[in-house]
Amino acid sequence: MSNSQKLIEIKDLHVSVAETEILKGINLSIGLGEVHAIMGPNGSGKSTLANVIAGRPGYSVISGDIVYKGSSILEVAPEIRARAGIFLAFQYPVELPGVRTWQFLKAAIDAIRKGNGQEELKIRDFDKLLEEKRQLMEMDPDLVRRSVNEGFSGGEKKRNEILQLALLDPSLALLDETDSGLDIDALRIVSHGVNIFKSPEKAILIVTHYQRILDYITPDYVHVLVDGKIVRSGDSSLAMELEEKGYDWVKDTAGKEVTP
Amino acid sequence: MQEASLVLNKYEEDFDNLSSISPEWSSNLRNKAMDTFREIGFPVRRKGNEKWKYTNARPIANIEYSSAKFEEIDLDDIKLIAPWHESWINLLFVNGHYQETFPGSLSTNIQISNMASNDLVANLTSNVGGIMDYSDDGFAALNTAFMSDGPIITVPEGENSGIVINLIFFNQGLSDTVNYPRVLITTGGNSIVSVIENYVGGSGDQTFTNSVSEIYVGEDATVNHYRLMNETDDTYDVGYGRVRIDTNGAFNSRSFFRGCGIGRYDLNVSIEGENASCDLQGLYFTNDAQHMDNFINIDHVRPNCQSNLFYKGILAGRSRAVFGGTVLVRKEAQKTNSVQSDKNLILSPHAEVDSKPALFIYADDVKCAHGATAGNIDADTVFYMRSRGIDLEAASRLIIYGFAGEIIDKVEIPELRSYLAESFLTSLPSHKFEF
Repeated sequence: MSNSQKLIEIKDLHVSVAETEILKGINLSIGLGEVHAIMGPNGSGKSTLANVIAGRPGYSVISGDIVYKGSSILEVAPEIRARAGIFLAFQYPVELPGVRTWQFLKAAIDAIRKGNGQEELKIRDFDKLLEEKRQLMEMDPDLVRRSVNEGFSGGEKKRNEILQLALLDPSLALLDETDSGLDIDALRIVSHGVNIFKSPEKAILIVTHYQRILDYITPDYVHVLVDGKIVRSGDSSLAMELEEKGYDWVKDTAGKEVTP
Repeated sequence: MQEASLVLNKYEEDFDNLSSISPEWSSNLRNKAMDTFREIGFPVRRKGNEKWKYTNARPIANIEYSSAKFEEIDLDDIKLIAPWHESWINLLFVNGHYQETFPGSLSTNIQISNMASNDLVANLTSNVGGIMDYSDDGFAALNTAFMSDGPIITVPEGENSGIVINLIFFNQGLSDTVNYPRVLITTGGNSIVSVIENYVGGSGDQTFTNSVSEIYVGEDATVNHYRLMNETDDTYDVGYGRVRIDTNGAFNSRSFFRGCGIGRYDLNVSIEGENASCDLQGLYFTNDAQHMDNFINIDHVRPNCQSNLFYKGILAGRSRAVFGGTVLVRKEAQKTNSVQSDKNLILSPHAEVDSKPALFIYADDVKCAHGATAGNIDADTVFYMRSRGIDLEAASRLIIYGFAGEIIDKVEIPELRSYLAESFLTSLPSHKFEF
């Protein structure tokens, strides 16, 4: 990892939600071009980690730091983080009644472009781009005309998240349980979208309970999170081992942290 | 008490003046309604009065209103504050009095007459007052006693040219005046008509608008009814819609309310024929110290009918809204399918809505649902948008527009839809949710 340029560095991060400490000293560095997977049992804090990076309100950082592109982002508003290239694919994408998908995505892309000193995208160019990404995610053309996520199936919502990833083209993609609730076809489409996004200038953090998605998106590093701490790190073979032996195995052998 | 009788004296004086110029055919109806008004007065007692539980009529009862006089208005000024399209039949009433705007050459068979006319044939006038029961309602009695100008719209059997009739009731804002818009729409079998009723106020002093619309939907007929209320903060507006639907008839209502000191719309739809339906949707926006009360009753009299009642409210400032929706399913009204919902978006901690959806079912084979919600935008929604780079203010705007758009988008007249999208949405406050 030391060979690649760091995109984000998480340093001894302690986070609490409503007085309860969820993350208890996370250290994690992600370099450009890398794919990291955070695995862990329910309640281990893995979704918290993804959400804290994206700036979701309601979490208190007690100590430690998150350094992104060389500066601390702890005090930075979520929309500013998004404009700087941090993208969170939600575990539970939110429905926005009355807000059309087209309108929402246009507002998002223009906000990000303006934040980076670019002009708003012309409608024709945006339509072209959106159509390209829609085809990539094999989404029904009707969905982009409908209210955001309203009446979408679970799989359509997740595909819509990856469509947004493809459209907004961030630097860091945080995928929070994107695989949960997906059938095999949707998983294939979603993974394809993520693999197309993957490049030497980007980084990906996959938060998942199951190894399944990692069959499609091969991680460079796998970290196991238990009770707010990374208890083990390794390469993609660690995911296989976990799938075989279960989380109890890492809990038992906790403390044998291998820093790649 | 002495004060109250003084106020009524003013109405008595105006009533006598009106009686001297009113057409012969209406005098009986007007006299009887005035008697009722003398007897029951305004509904100022709220205790034990479910109909007026959340709205205080006393400020209206306390003012000595006199009947507003006609003044000619520049049409260009009207076009700035109300929807207008050259392809529509546009009729303007200023302070309750008709201003000649319509050239008179109708390209359809729809007949439009003025109630103030003396030489109307009996089959036109016999339906006036036939649907609005004012016997226990002082405001409705008052309107009936004081009706003068007002359109009688008669849609003949089979008429389906798609014509839009645009009624503009402009209240100029003359100090302490009252105006009494009155509408009657009757439709023949198999006809379709769209009617827009606008209640708009000019800037000005304390005024009172007291309106009644009676609508009869014939067999297999469809009435698309739009009601836009856009009065000023200094206006009190108490309006009534009374609708009867015959077999296979459909009444589709889209109502939009904003800006009014005290506003109340009492809509009562009686479904009296089989396989008939009503779809009532509304959007109310209140700000500052405004008060808006929607009081809606749907009466399922016959079997195999459908009703949909869907209202949304946006509340800001210290404003208050009331939603009272009651669906009655009578014993005979089997296989009724009825849905009722009222959703409110509350933008300020000082705003308040009293939402009371109610359902009374006396039939045993029906499908009915009702519900109400009131809330601020939830934090997840705003974070979702911010995580896509959209700032708080833009996110709030998208959410509010989206909330209102759900009703506006269903307006089927394109020119009216874009008018509402522009005028209604831009009147909403720029708002920033705090999280």
